[in-house]
Order: sequence, then C-alpha cells, then structure tokens
Amino acid sequence: MTTGIEAQVLQPYKYGFVTDIESDVVPPGLNEDVIRLISAKKGEPEWMLEWRLRAYRNWLKMREPHWANVRYGPIDYQAISYYAAPKKRPQLESLEQVDPKLLETFEKLGLPLQERKRLAGVAVDAVFDSVSVATTFRETLAQQGIIFCAISEAIREHPELVREYLGSVVPYNDNFFAALNSAVFTDGSFAYIPKGVRCPLELSTYFRINTSATGQFERTLIVAEEGSSVSYLEGCSAPIRDEHQLHAAVVELVALDNATIKYSTIQNWYPGDEAGRGGIYNFVTKRGKCLGKNSKISWTQVETGSAITWKYPGCILQGDNSIGEFYSVAVTNNRQQADTGTKMIHLGKNTRSTIVSKGISAGHGQNTYRGLVKILKGAEGARNYSQCDSMLIGDQCGAHTFPYIDVRNSTAIMEHEASTSKIGEDQIFYCKQRGLAAEDAVSMIVNGFCKEVFKELPMEFAVEAQRLLGISLEGSVG
Amino acid sequence: MTDKVLLEIKNLHAGIDGNEILRGVDLTVRAGEVHAIMGPNGSGKSTLAQVLAGNPAYTITTGSAQYLGKDLAALKPEERARDGLFLAFQYPVAIRGITNAYFLRSALNAIRKSRGEEELGPVEFMDALEEKLKLIGWDDSYLSRPVNDGFSGGEKKRNEILQLAVLEPKLAILDETDSGLDIDALKTVAHTVDKLRRPDSATVLVTHYYRILTHIMPDYVHVLSGGRIVKSGGKDLALELEEKGYDWVRDEAPVA
Repeated sequence: MTTGIEAQVLQPYKYGFVTDIESDVVPPGLNEDVIRLISAKKGEPEWMLEWRLRAYRNWLKMREPHWANVRYGPIDYQAISYYAAPKKRPQLESLEQVDPKLLETFEKLGLPLQERKRLAGVAVDAVFDSVSVATTFRETLAQQGIIFCAISEAIREHPELVREYLGSVVPYNDNFFAALNSAVFTDGSFAYIPKGVRCPLELSTYFRINTSATGQFERTLIVAEEGSSVSYLEGCSAPIRDEHQLHAAVVELVALDNATIKYSTIQNWYPGDEAGRGGIYNFVTKRGKCLGKNSKISWTQVETGSAITWKYPGCILQGDNSIGEFYSVAVTNNRQQADTGTKMIHLGKNTRSTIVSKGISAGHGQNTYRGLVKILKGAEGARNYSQCDSMLIGDQCGAHTFPYIDVRNSTAIMEHEASTSKIGEDQIFYCKQRGLAAEDAVSMIVNGFCKEVFKELPMEFAVEAQRLLGISLEGSVG
Repeated sequence: MTDKVLLEIKNLHAGIDGNEILRGVDLTVRAGEVHAIMGPNGSGKSTLAQVLAGNPAYTITTGSAQYLGKDLAALKPEERARDGLFLAFQYPVAIRGITNAYFLRSALNAIRKSRGEEELGPVEFMDALEEKLKLIGWDDSYLSRPVNDGFSGGEKKRNEILQLAVLEPKLAILDETDSGLDIDALKTVAHTVDKLRRPDSATVLVTHYYRILTHIMPDYVHVLSGGRIVKSGGKDLALELEEKGYDWVRDEAPVA
C-alpha cells in the first residue's frame, strides 16, 4: 500500500462518461428472430444457433428468481436491446483499424490497448457493448499454444473446443438469467491453456457498457488443460444513466488434472445515485468445475459497483483432492443492494474449499452473504473453512448472512466463523488524532478489514481495488 | 526554557452526554515544561485529555482552551494533531489488517504534508524509524504487526510512545500511559518520554501514581478533583500526595 492510494480516495464515479460513437443497435425486444439475427451477425455455425434457441425456449418457461434479499421493480425484457456494436467494425488483427474513439475510451479507463502503452504482463480483451474490440498480446500467447480471443471468434475458429465445454459447467437451462444469457450472449472471452503450460501473462477482459437501453450478456469460457495454470482478471464499468441496465453474464471455468485457474473480478458497474436512481442490475452466474484430480479454482471478487448484485461464483469439486476458493469483498453504499456468496459442491475425495467473505455496508446499503457448502456422499475426507465478516458504517445500513450447509458424509470437517463489527467512532478518532483525515481513516480501516481478500488479487489490481473501495465509500462518514 | 505559552485553559467546562465533568479548569503550559495532572478516579483527568484532543463525544459548554494561540474548539482533531498536539491514549484501539509501519508512516506523512514538507517513502521512513524503535527497546517485528491488534496492555502503551517518538509533537498529553506497565516497561517508557523532551515542546502527564514521576521529573503537579484543579505545586506535591492520599487535598479549599 502506498499513500498514493490514500490520496486518490474519495472521488466520484469517474467512469460515468459516454463515448459518442455510432452504434449498430438492434431494436428492443426479444424473440427467435432477434436470436437468429445475433447469431447471423456473429457468423455462427448452425449448432450454436440451435443451442441458443433451445436456451430461449427454456427461458420462456422459467420465472425470474426472487428468493434473493434484494428489492427492485419489474424488468421489462422486451424493452431491452440485445445487441449493440460500434459501427466501424474493428479488424481484430490490426489495432490501427480500430476506431480511435474506442482506443481513447479504454485509455480513459486505464487500459491502453496500443502496443507501446500496454500494461506489461497483462493481455487484455476489450469488450465494448456487445463486441470484443481488441485483444492484446495474442501472438505472444499463441507461441505457447494459448488461445485468448473473443468468444464469438472462438466459436468460428475453434468450434470443437467451444462445443465440448460451453454449457458443461453452467447448462443453458441452469437458471433464469443463465438461460437468458445462453440465448442472447453477444461476446466475452475465451481462453484455452494447453497441457502443461503456465500462462506467462495475466489474462484480462474489460467490459464496458456504453449504449443506453441495452443489456450486456457476455459469456466467458476458460479451459485449463492438464497441468496448466492461468490467472484471469475481469473489470467493468458503465456510464452514469438514470435508467437501470441489465447485465446478465455467464462464466464457466474448467480445470483438468493438476490445473489451476485463478479468476479475479473487480466489478465497478455504475452503482446508481444516492437516491437509488439508475445503476446496473448485475445478475451473474459464475461457476468453475474442478474436473481433474488435484485441480484448483480460486475466485476473488471485489464488488463495489452495480445497483443490485446477484452473484454466487462457485466450484464443483469433482476431481479427487481438488481445491475451491472464494475470496470476496462486497461493498454497498447509498441504495445499493448485494446478495452474493458462493457455492462449494464437494463430490471428490479429500476435496477442500475455503470461503472468505467481507461485506461492507454504508449509507442505506444492504449486503447479504449467501453461501452453500454441500458435501456429497462420496466426498470422503472433504473439508471446508468459511469465514464471513460484516462491517457496518452508519446506522441505516444492513448486513445479513445466510450460510447453507449440507453434509452427507460423516468424515467431512466443516468450520464456520462469522463476525459483524461497526466501524467505531473511537477507531476514526484515534486515526484523526494521529493527523489522518476522516476519509483516509475510513479507507484505512476498511482496507485493513479486507486485507485477507486483497492479498489474493494480482498486484496491479490490488491497488486498483483499494482505490475503488475508497471511492465507493465516499461520503459514508461525516 | 522559554516563556512561550503552548496551552492556555481558562475556566473550562465540558462534559459528555449532558453530564458536566470538567467544572472550571484553569491551566497554562509553556514550552519546555512537564506538568503532572493527578487525581482520584472520576475526577475528570481523562476527560480533560479527550477534550483537548477533540474527541467529538465530548462538548465544551463554557470557557476556552487555546493551543498556540488558536481556539482549540475551532480545530478538527486532525488539525490539532497536525499542529503538534498528541494524545497517548489510555485505551489505544486496534486496527485490523493495517501494519504498524504503514499506520505510522501514514500519520507522519499526513502531518508532514500539512506543513508543506515532502512525504517520506517506505525506505526513508524505515531508516528514520530504526533509532526510534531502539529507544523503546523494540525490534522490527512490531512494525509488521497490525496496529495494536493482539497487543498486550503493556505493548499498546509502548506503541503509543513509539508514535510519540515518530511524530515529535509540540504538546504531548499522556493519559495514564503508566498504568498497566510492569516496572521495567515503565522505566523504558518513562526514559523514552524524558529523552524526547525538547526546549520547544511540553508534556502533560495524566496519572494516578507517583512512580512515573520518579523517572520524569515534573515542573508542576496539579491535583484534579471534582472537575477542577484544586491544588497546584512543584514536584514535592506529588510526594506529599503519595504519602497522604487524595483525601487530604479534597478537603482543602480549591486554589482557584
């Protein structure tokens, strides 16, 4: 940590700008023709369209889930546009042909895509509304046989891989939002790490919603072959708008024998204003499957944005000795609501899972941890450790914890710890007495509270996460 | 010694939750001086310390406290701190997940920044810290521990003195820093405080006990009772209190 982070604390939502760019937007509404249109725009093979249509027909029979501890008005799925793309279609092989406005947008977001300015050690796939506009370091990665590209491209170029794994962790009929995503997903990233390869760069996707009245439905699929490893990070932001926008993503991870996938998220969608106007509805299904023995999937998320978050990144621990981890910081300020947690499903022998959840509520924010640890009959010697800590700032906010535990094997060992603390006036006074400003004191106390999670983030992004935390807690103390 | 007045308290009345605890305190502290404020439990010693540091839980009802010629009531706690007013807390709080080194450097840099001085980077800071650590007899291991988290009572008090040594205030108020320390720790802490004295700074020791005053010789001793200073004197007064107890002064008429 540096004082530079402290100095940057307390800025308003600075990603709220709109890029003025001509877009190709499909009229609002959802039906089979829209899905055919999306599929055609992407130049997809027939099997992909069929899969989408199956998902859509299932979705029609499903109901929007309302068991989460969040409140919001009805969503009109026919008022959303399901496809928006910048008109000048970028040529993926050549960055010179990308619209300069797009390059500028990503530069403003701190993600320069141009060769000379790129972040060292991070390969970025930049997704703008419904399309991937650029993927950096492709050649470097290709030398090792790593595929990192837009999923729409993967469907065309690597159909055998996509077909084998797409929907293998989150089936198209998994839940209402996953089914919707399966029907209409537009872009997202695909990463494939071949046998025995340790990915030399951080892979990263940055999602940007720009066009109004559109939804973003991205789909990410990461496959780590035997003995490979990869660290992946996603970030996201959106302009400030009065209306709510829907973001329903699906992420699937597959780890084969001895493979490791580390997936980190810094979620900074527009959270809405103080009165709760606007903001993104972030309804996301993320799941990893530890298919192989000794495989490991680790989720780290820092959730500071969105009006409503509904998200439970989980692990299916199928391979013997496989490991699942979930490290989470969720912040709700003003009128933000978050219902988030994880699912750890233990199937294999000696599978282990760790859950560390830090919920921070300020203003009128409501923060719910919801987690399931399920140990099935065959999961001999399974272990879980869960720790859920909540911190309250002010007296108008709420913290809730719903841990579900389902153990069907008597050899399992479960540990669960939970705590709730109020950020103390005495702590703030103590820091002030040492010369620190109130907001720096809060930022310091909160960062200390989240340390166990931040240390799981790749270095470059840990700094970003701390800074964001300060921003999202702006004005939470007098 | 100079004549420079650092702190001037006049007829100060203050309390918490509507209860008046300080009922007319008068006190003048000049640069170079050490004042001891003694008194029985509940006499208002800690309240005085908290009010001077600006704890928002306390309210000043009448009277005034001036620090370096400025009205303290008009200064935020962090402004007082940046102007060199330091309180060693009786009950220091813990901050999970933040290392002692980071906290100390942030505090020092906040103060330096307010004075237009350059902030110290981690390396320069560690160099400056080394000798301060030696003063209180600590090794580096305390720097990577979270602030006061899991510290014993004595370690917390020692940590306050480490902060004092690093921040080098003009006016240091030590609120019962001696309580909870064993004899050796008390000696180290007292010697450190004594070593840190400068001609342009002053120390106010709030204490129950005489023993710390055997290590740090006070210029003035005041007895606080019922929210007022009922007796003031030289260091001999402390000895007299040690022998006769507080009842002796409580029975006497207030001096001011």
